[in-house]
Amino acid sequence: MTKDETMAMLAEVLAGIAPEADLTTVTAKDDLREALDLDSMDFQNLVIGLHERSGLPIPEEDYPRLFTLEGMLAYFAAAKRA
Amino acid sequence: MPSLGADMEAGTLVEWLVKPGDAVKRGDVVAVVETAKGAIEIEIFHDGTIGELVAAPGSTVPVGGVLARLGDGSVTAVPAARPAAAPEPARASPAPEPRRPPPAGTRARATPAARQRAASLGVALDGLQRTGVDGAICLADLSQAAKPAPRRGGFDPKAMRAAIAAAMARSKREIPHYYLSLSVDVTATLGWLDRTNAGRAPPDRLLPAVLLLRATALALAGTPELNGFWEDGAFRPGDGVHVGWAVALRGGGLVAPAIRNADRLGLDELMAALRDVVGRARGGGLRGSELTDPTVTVTSLGDRGAESVLPIITPPQVATIGFGRVMERPWVVDGAVLPRRIVTVTLAGDHRATDGHRGGLLLARIEALLQTPEVP
Repeated sequence: MTKDETMAMLAEVLAGIAPEADLTTVTAKDDLREALDLDSMDFQNLVIGLHERSGLPIPEEDYPRLFTLEGMLAYFAAAKRA
Repeated sequence: MPSLGADMEAGTLVEWLVKPGDAVKRGDVVAVVETAKGAIEIEIFHDGTIGELVAAPGSTVPVGGVLARLGDGSVTAVPAARPAAAPEPARASPAPEPRRPPPAGTRARATPAARQRAASLGVALDGLQRTGVDGAICLADLSQAAKPAPRRGGFDPKAMRAAIAAAMARSKREIPHYYLSLSVDVTATLGWLDRTNAGRAPPDRLLPAVLLLRATALALAGTPELNGFWEDGAFRPGDGVHVGWAVALRGGGLVAPAIRNADRLGLDELMAALRDVVGRARGGGLRGSELTDPTVTVTSLGDRGAESVLPIITPPQVATIGFGRVMERPWVVDGAVLPRRIVTVTLAGDHRATDGHRGGLLLARIEALLQTPEVP
């Protein structure tokens, strides 16, 4: 998955969870949970949305890799090669 | 206008979902009312037929005021849900009850100023509330009618803050709180959760909050003295364990809708219930009964919260339970110091209803139940 595809997917999922969230204010290394004020339920809903759109199983042990934009882009970029 | 909490003095009618002549039964949603806690769906508490819609959309009606009448008009259609959540005595005098409009066909009576204003606004006089002398429409009724209807799903942060402040000030003024705290080793239970979730797709995974909620609900079922209401100088036990789950709202504010009979739900059912109420608390669509049903309130600070919380009781409840963030801590287990996952459970109890001994039993029960999440 390209960077643009991942960002588009993330923006689409976030729109349903935190409609006021503005990804342009988030830097690559920010913790998304802090920057966008996502609680455990929000983050789980984010994972569900990413799972449904990407088809990846996203086990819980992978969650820390999705905490930042940088990590998320790497995660879905790697998924394409797998 | 039902009271939807100790902090509510009035509500603004957003829309009617029924019309005169509609048959309704107890529990049907008949209207949407804007409160400090956002737009709430109002249920009817009697079976019958809608006779007359008294309040007009956009009008603000004090708690106890008439929204509609059933059948022949002798019965108030939407009474206060129950006295459990009696509001603070209103400091301002409540708005006068809108008078019933005259039979169709008669010309609406209005003051000349109101008639002029109605014409300039393009508002029809028929159907407006009438609070003027002898049931005439006055200017105030027109400013009510001209107000844009509040949107569903949102809330006014200032009104929300004021409502929370009013309820919490009342709690601190009236309720002699006692506080207890217990650090609980949840390593085993979270290990069980990790293994359970590893075999599940994301939509079916459980959050740690569900284990905390279930242990608390079961413990409360065994400690009924902490589950209920303090009313008129006496304790009234709840008719079930209806846990008010504190949900932080985006943009600030808090609402704690009920998860009814939480002690009788399995973990998957509780997860579904939690997802449902959190979604509706934030997106709109909570029902009035969900705000008045809680027999106790539970706050979980989640994985980014503080280590512990000293919660404030929501009147007229007699207890509230809080969970801090799960922290990894050095812990003594069988004589050895080991890294363990620890959560601090706190209780605020109403000293008029119970004492710290009873509260301590509840926390001990929660601790015991948190060791065995898989036991139904």
